Amino acid sequence: MQDGIVLTMRGIYKSFPGVRALQNVDFTLRKGEIHALMGENGAGKSTLIKVLTGVYEKDAGEIRVEGQDGPADIRSPQDAQNIGISTVYQEITLCPNLSVAENMFIGRDKGVGVRWKDMEKKAGDLLKSLGIPARPKQQLSSCSIAVQQMVAIARAVDADCKVLILDEPTSSLDDKEVEMLFGLMRDLKSRGVGIIFVTHFLEQVYAVSDRITVLRNGELVGEFEVQSLPQVELVSAMMGHALAELSDLDKQGSSDALSGEAFYEASGLSSAEARPFDFRIAKGEVNGFTGLLGSGRSESVRAIFAADHVTGGHVKVNGKPVNISKPVQAMKAGIGYLPEDRKRDGIIADLSVRENIILALQVMKGFFHPLSRKEEEAFADEYIKTLEIKTASQETPIKSLSGGNQQKVILARWLLTHPQYLILDEPTRGIDVGTKTEIQRLVLKLAEEGMSVTFISSEIEEMLRTCSRLIVMRDRKIVGELTGDQLNQDTVMKTIAGGEQA
Amino acid sequence: MTGKRRKGGVLSDLMIPLIAIGILILFNLIRDPGFFSISLSTNNSGNAVLTGNLISIIDSASELAIIAMGMTLVTAATGGQDISVGAVGAITGSVFVQVLKGSGDITAGTVVLGFLACCLVTVLFTSFNGVLVAFFRIQPMIATLILFSCGRSIAYWITGSATPQLESPIIKAMGMTIPGIPVPTPIFMVILVGLLLLLFFKTSNIRLYTESVGINQGASRLNGINPTLIKLLSFIVLGVCVAVAGVISTCRLGQVSHKTLLIDIEMDAILAVAIGGNSLGGGRFRLSGSILGAYIIQMLTTTLYAMSVAPANVKAYKAIVIILIVVAGSPVIKTALSSFWHRLKNNRAGAVSREVN
Ligand SMILES: Nc1ncnc2c1ncn2[C@@H]1O[C@H](COP(=O)(O)OP(=O)(O)OP(=O)(O)O)[C@@H](O)[C@H]1O
Ligand SMILES: [Mg+2]
Repeated sequence: MQDGIVLTMRGIYKSFPGVRALQNVDFTLRKGEIHALMGENGAGKSTLIKVLTGVYEKDAGEIRVEGQDGPADIRSPQDAQNIGISTVYQEITLCPNLSVAENMFIGRDKGVGVRWKDMEKKAGDLLKSLGIPARPKQQLSSCSIAVQQMVAIARAVDADCKVLILDEPTSSLDDKEVEMLFGLMRDLKSRGVGIIFVTHFLEQVYAVSDRITVLRNGELVGEFEVQSLPQVELVSAMMGHALAELSDLDKQGSSDALSGEAFYEASGLSSAEARPFDFRIAKGEVNGFTGLLGSGRSESVRAIFAADHVTGGHVKVNGKPVNISKPVQAMKAGIGYLPEDRKRDGIIADLSVRENIILALQVMKGFFHPLSRKEEEAFADEYIKTLEIKTASQETPIKSLSGGNQQKVILARWLLTHPQYLILDEPTRGIDVGTKTEIQRLVLKLAEEGMSVTFISSEIEEMLRTCSRLIVMRDRKIVGELTGDQLNQDTVMKTIAGGEQA
Repeated sequence: MTGKRRKGGVLSDLMIPLIAIGILILFNLIRDPGFFSISLSTNNSGNAVLTGNLISIIDSASELAIIAMGMTLVTAATGGQDISVGAVGAITGSVFVQVLKGSGDITAGTVVLGFLACCLVTVLFTSFNGVLVAFFRIQPMIATLILFSCGRSIAYWITGSATPQLESPIIKAMGMTIPGIPVPTPIFMVILVGLLLLLFFKTSNIRLYTESVGINQGASRLNGINPTLIKLLSFIVLGVCVAVAGVISTCRLGQVSHKTLLIDIEMDAILAVAIGGNSLGGGRFRLSGSILGAYIIQMLTTTLYAMSVAPANVKAYKAIVIILIVVAGSPVIKTALSSFWHRLKNNRAGAVSREVN
């Protein structure tokens, strides 16, 4: 193996029933480089990584790893681990009901007889050195997704690894946490670790990466030096054509709607997770909750949909008082909710794409009014087409779709119910650049047609493009409301950070 | 009945149980070519009836097949099993006998009344399990352990120490054959229960809701499904199944014995569900698989007896065969087989594309 190269993959093929996920893909990773792996949803990024880590068996091709004579034979993630390849997968794969320390070390120790005390101490030290806000003894499920994600990273870097793979590690992190993670990545890089970084955030690629490999429809487009590939060219390499102008979307209609008739009003609404708050959304309005992770923005919208146990408050829909204490009542009142945690709250993993799409509509129609198979197929077909969901067929279990495509299915599920008020918590998480703008456009189009939308995103820029009103939260309280001219990056950041500067 | 759901998937899903039943049939035919022959003969009451091993297998598996259907639903919704069905079935039998004894003559009317009483009481008992599981979130095995241990005592309190006999042509007709119809009645009962469930599946969303709850309860709730109700509902359906099975079994014997009625049927029912290719962890399910599983278990038992294996050893042999079937259907073996198959196919495809490149 050439000097300075830690990993080569040559001529990799992988098919699933009905899908050619990888065709003749090459990939090279050098020592101490951060190498971005880019492509649209379903391009084959996660598959390439799973082939490398032995989760999937490749159909053909060769993998060589520094320090191994001949082609490496990696048959399981354990094998990969043993030769120095550590991974943080796209979907969090930790055990929610174990402690943070246990999650970091379980299945880790090659020796026997780890002492709990030692383990907790080591975990504590590591967490501190990485600046992760979690206690070793804390149950993992009590941490936010961001912290869980960081624990997963801590788990991976703990081993002395040559190759670190991060599959969309930043999709649930805020800017500060991303910076923290980048610091960690640069640190590992300087120690000679090769890092494979999968993401849909272009700015992040340019911020940390040295090289970029682009995949499209399971085929290799090419390997590029980051300096020699401007953003526009990267996007067209990924999509196969240039991206339609990313310019300002027209949200005039939504702004005008602000003063209009309210669709939903709540006063003193509280839940097991959210402190009492007042909230109102007009017909055709697009607003957003923003704030740092843990500021209570997701908890607030969950209270609106009664996703958590509602503990108090008065709610009016269309001016009439209603009782919403269960999700089904919210649905009947015309509210839809796309949850933040797709794996836990969104997908029904073993059910087909078709069943996942029609689920909410079916529930609204009632227990004794099943849709006919024809109707189901027609609905599923319609949305697979409009949202360009990449799936082998309607009958494919949703769990075998790529992350971004799973997200589209859940979005389809709620669009299909034609809600009057749609709550979208991180709808573009894991979605590629092209589709992201499509979704933003769609949101504004729906608002134009009279739908009210609440939009939450970790990307402030995205919120600024779509929302006419931003509700800013800090420490689980609403601390500000921004409209009109206040809707700019600066003001938003200041309000989020605290009133002092204002 | 679910063939339409996953096009082309039916056969591969039911492959293991179908192969198992094929092997059993083949084995018996080789051992004794006349094993499955059916003849028409006259029984004690002077009716012309079909007899033969095949009829006897299908007939005796009736109670198991019916309970297995209910067990499938409970398994799918809760990811656990009800181990009290045998004991609760004994209660059913006792109630049935008690109602008939108490109302004097056994007529069609009193039998219907008795059956309805059975349904009510049995559903009450399985709902007790259901409430523990669905509402209090107790592990199904643990929750149903209560009635598993005390159900037969309750049956005993209902009938007292006597072993009441039921002498009536109606009872005989229900448990054995209806005069003029040469096929045992319990077989029709299986078909009837199967059709009723099919109707329920067609006119409601029970399948979608049950599978959804079994796979991801939290997400189901966020889509407006009430997981507690769905789990409870599965126990209610199981209750009706147990009631029917209990009544069939009582009529078949013409008496109720709280100690032996439907004894050990819970284990066979759970096995039938597993052999049928259903995951005992809940989620996706296939009723036809469980029904097939019930007949496999019965055919196996009958085969062993026909080979004059001592009754004491039958269970051991049964266990061995069942292990083979369950392992053959396990995910590990399945993925190994399919990846082997894939490699065979791709070796050729890969070779071709490498030449091209
Ligand atoms: N286990 C599986 N079974 C069947 N098909 C699969 C499986 N895993 C992936 N696929 C298919 O392979 C293709 C590539 O998927 P992959 O997950 O690699 O995409 P990705 O590039 O990671 O996309 P995303 O950005 O959405 O995460 C997709 O069409 C997907 O449906
Ligand atoms: Mg992926």
